[in-house]
Amino acid sequence: MRPLLELINVCYAYHSRGGETCALQDISFQVQQGEFIAVVGPSGCGKSTLLSLISGLLSPESGSISYNGDFAVDNTASEGSALREKIGYMLQKDHLFEWRTVYRNVTLGLEIQHRLDEESQARIDKMLRDYGLERFRDARPSELSGGMRQRAALIRTLALGPELLLLDEPFSALDFQTRLAVCDDVSAILHREKKTALLVTHDLSEAVSMADRIIILTKRPASIRKILELKFEQEGLSPLARRSTKEFQEYFNLLWEEMNDNEE
Amino acid sequence: MRNSAETIKKNSRKCRNRTTEIQAAWIRESSFTAPEVSLTQHTYLRSLRNRQYRITAAQVLIFVVFLVLWETAVRLGWIDGFIFSSPSRVAKTFCEMWRDGSIFRHVGITLAETLVSFGCVVLLGTGAAVLLWYNTELSEILEPYLVVLNSLPKSALAPLLIVWLGANMKSIIVAGMSVAIFGSILNLYTGFREMDPDKIKLIYTLQGTKRDVLTKVILPGTVPLLISVMKVNIGLCLVGVVIGEFIGARQGLGYLIIYGSQVFKLDWVILSIVILCVIAMLLYGALNLVEKKCLRGKER
Repeated sequence: MRPLLELINVCYAYHSRGGETCALQDISFQVQQGEFIAVVGPSGCGKSTLLSLISGLLSPESGSISYNGDFAVDNTASEGSALREKIGYMLQKDHLFEWRTVYRNVTLGLEIQHRLDEESQARIDKMLRDYGLERFRDARPSELSGGMRQRAALIRTLALGPELLLLDEPFSALDFQTRLAVCDDVSAILHREKKTALLVTHDLSEAVSMADRIIILTKRPASIRKILELKFEQEGLSPLARRSTKEFQEYFNLLWEEMNDNEE
Repeated sequence: MRNSAETIKKNSRKCRNRTTEIQAAWIRESSFTAPEVSLTQHTYLRSLRNRQYRITAAQVLIFVVFLVLWETAVRLGWIDGFIFSSPSRVAKTFCEMWRDGSIFRHVGITLAETLVSFGCVVLLGTGAAVLLWYNTELSEILEPYLVVLNSLPKSALAPLLIVWLGANMKSIIVAGMSVAIFGSILNLYTGFREMDPDKIKLIYTLQGTKRDVLTKVILPGTVPLLISVMKVNIGLCLVGVVIGEFIGARQGLGYLIIYGSQVFKLDWVILSIVILCVIAMLLYGALNLVEKKCLRGKER
């Protein structure tokens, strides 16, 4: 089966007057359709850079990123942007605009791409209904709770109908309790919509509770240290339910050891 | 010993009286308005209201005392009314000028020039800031020039403008603009640059262009800044216009001030200053209203 996303020997460095900072080195992996991948690594190792590269906001210095067999190297090329439409990117914070209503926030992407028609509006209405935000359609973002804001940000991303979702620590701005709840929510939504997702996180337990596979990165310049396949006896558990299984503890410890070896 | 005991008793009685007074008022008022307000909250609200009354009363008092003192000083010959004018003389002059209509001409001209130059500053200032934001290289090139022009005392330019553009409304409007424009470009541009980079990244993740960043994030996100910059600028435009009128005008409040001081009609000068105060207050108040309306629209 052809992978949905394939990275081959991707390297990237940041340039500034002070010098060159190598962020990613020789990154290669594949993501299959419908998979949930988590990427963990020490802070500042270039996890977010990886997502920026995949989404096309940055171009790799060497190596290639192919999407469904098509090469998407340059984000300025027009064919590149056609590929980018299949990728949704969710940032760390929700960044809902206070000067727009919730509805106008979730339709922002469609508005930018001039795709706001009756069909897409109906889809948005349905999502708002499904995710319990219908009542807040005309409210300002500040009236929403942290969890609701995150759901609104997810709808904004899903509204464009992406095949692959990039999640850049999307729960890190939430308090722990909300975080567990939103994590369950988002995971349920992604499963229901049958999306492929790539989650970047520094929270090991979050990675174990959500992912099918975990990619462990080394310190900067980041390269792949290990790819951990997660197998749970019971399939289709919610992240919260996974946390109380015995495999969860084992995988967590395994991950913890890997990461600590990493430090040395 | 006995004395102090009595005082304490008296005081405590006073306290009690005061408390019952407040309680009575509370019961009286609460039965009409919000019965769920507690006694302490009521007392708190009351003290807030009293404080507001005191402040307003003091403000009015200062104004009245000043007028009375000024008038008395002139009447009793402490100061010379010919040079220092007086409230009654100013009022009389105002009535005369009202009757012959000349006051409308002067005020109208100054107001019109200020509003036109303010409008130009808003449009040109925002436009230039957007241009600088679009082209960072251009902004780096122009930065030292903008900084110098901004810190230059603009009154130095006024005589030059009169010579170049002639003694007409055009040069006075340009003088008004010259005072405000550079500061507003710099302020707006800085505000644009300080926009959260992640908000900008969001637009790019949604496959937006730099144009989308401008119209969806930068401009709507800096409306409060725009209004606060404009609140400062409308006053600056008035300053520039009056400077312009000092030098090259046949009408307007600035002209009236200069002409009045030259022919020793100090009533005209004082009257013009008073009117300028009122104009400045009204313009600022108008922008305050706009601000409130915009911000309320946002909170809703």
